[in-house]
Amino acid sequence: MQKYSIFNLIKNAFSGHQKWDLAWKDATPKKEYDVVIIGGGGHGLATAYYLAKEHNITNVAIIEKGWLGGGNMGRNTTIIRSNYMHDDNALFSEFGMDLWRKMSQDLNYNVMFSPRGIINLAHSDAQMNVFARRGNSMRLNGIDAVLLNREEVKEIIPMADFSDNVRFPIFGGLMQPSAGTARHDAVAWGYARQADSMGVDIIQNCEVTGFDVVGGKIQGVRTSRGDIKVKKIGLCVAGSTNILAEKLNMTIPVETHLLQACVTEPVKPVLDSVVTFGAGHFYISQSDKGEMVMGGDLDGYNSYAQRGNLPTLQHVLTEGIAMMPFLSKLKMLRTWGGIMDMSMDGSPIIDKTHIEGLYLNCGWCYGGFKATPASGWTFAHTIAQDRVHKLNEGYSLSRFNTGHLLDEKGLGTKTWIS
Amino acid sequence: MRSQNEFSYGGDATVKRPELNKEVSDKDWDNFVYNRKSLRGKHKELWQHISGCRQWIKVERDTATHEIFKTVKAHEDI
Repeated sequence: MQKYSIFNLIKNAFSGHQKWDLAWKDATPKKEYDVVIIGGGGHGLATAYYLAKEHNITNVAIIEKGWLGGGNMGRNTTIIRSNYMHDDNALFSEFGMDLWRKMSQDLNYNVMFSPRGIINLAHSDAQMNVFARRGNSMRLNGIDAVLLNREEVKEIIPMADFSDNVRFPIFGGLMQPSAGTARHDAVAWGYARQADSMGVDIIQNCEVTGFDVVGGKIQGVRTSRGDIKVKKIGLCVAGSTNILAEKLNMTIPVETHLLQACVTEPVKPVLDSVVTFGAGHFYISQSDKGEMVMGGDLDGYNSYAQRGNLPTLQHVLTEGIAMMPFLSKLKMLRTWGGIMDMSMDGSPIIDKTHIEGLYLNCGWCYGGFKATPASGWTFAHTIAQDRVHKLNEGYSLSRFNTGHLLDEKGLGTKTWIS
Repeated sequence: MRSQNEFSYGGDATVKRPELNKEVSDKDWDNFVYNRKSLRGKHKELWQHISGCRQWIKVERDTATHEIFKTVKAHEDI
């Protein structure tokens, strides 16, 4: 594989950049693989990469119905953080933060990781107390957390509304300075390029039509481009997990919902951190191009539409304007929607299943993008070793049955009680 | 025609609570509380006219196109 470096950049400039190798091949499916990953998004690509890199399993195919990184990997708001209170979430996410910091070097691909910090705003004394508790829990798990008072928040985001006659005055906030953003597409492309170079077949435009399960064991997968014999299958299809679960006769603790995001026209740099509104569900950051990137609540009912409706968008942006009034002067450039796996406790599932050789990675709710490296790493371990890693023990499928829920925010599918 | 804003979503209408005074397995509770089919296509679901007459209704809706096929009162079969 050609290394991306300043020297190769200069060398290729002489041939007008016409002679670069393709970043990955467009593979056609073989008859048999050791592992098939279904879903060519961030998590699927990362899983294949770590299977090859950490476990030397390279006879692997990634099967993608659409195009690489065209689902939620291309639709998220690129936020990366590990500001969780519960140990299972905190340790998993902080492990991921380490992978994020090294990612550009590791993948030889600039993923533009920008640790610009995230601030969760608090709008009451009670909320400050809750944030102090979460901050302390984070610090006990080795994650950086700073509790900011009103004046300290004002120094960082003076453009927010700090007047006294607002419905939800800003009391302060909880900041994780090491959190940030990254270029989402670059993450997919970086993982794809490295996985491909180690022998992984990336097969696009290939839809899964069924599974061969004999005696409770995976024997193969049927696709629109032919049948494939395989003993281990990893499902990384957040947004379509319910559809594939139905083909496997499984009913899972996940509902499929729609989440919208939007960007404004690009403006000059004004916001250099990620900020969330504490009295509702709204988050904002500014992209490197200058667009204000925003998102918030689910549309609130089961949906596979991949496009949203206006009432939720209006509601979310009302919160945004309450928090930062200058937003009302900006023009909306684009809005879009992605379909989410909403798990019933708001936490993901990375686990084995009752079918031998079938591994499940789903239920990412609002937070799939930031989990990309840690999800891929632990899922690769789970598939390769046929047992979960300590880091994803808490993300078990059986927790709903045993009552060991991981209800970080009490946010599952039901936005209407949040 | 009423605005969507007036309605609140109540989830899958086909889920049945396990019967009282009967032995109920953990699996039954699991299916009632957590496990959902979340179909793509025709989906029977509950809605409440929360900013209006406050009636619960059953709706058959396409989860990919949002087309509504049928609505009945909550106690009626769809």
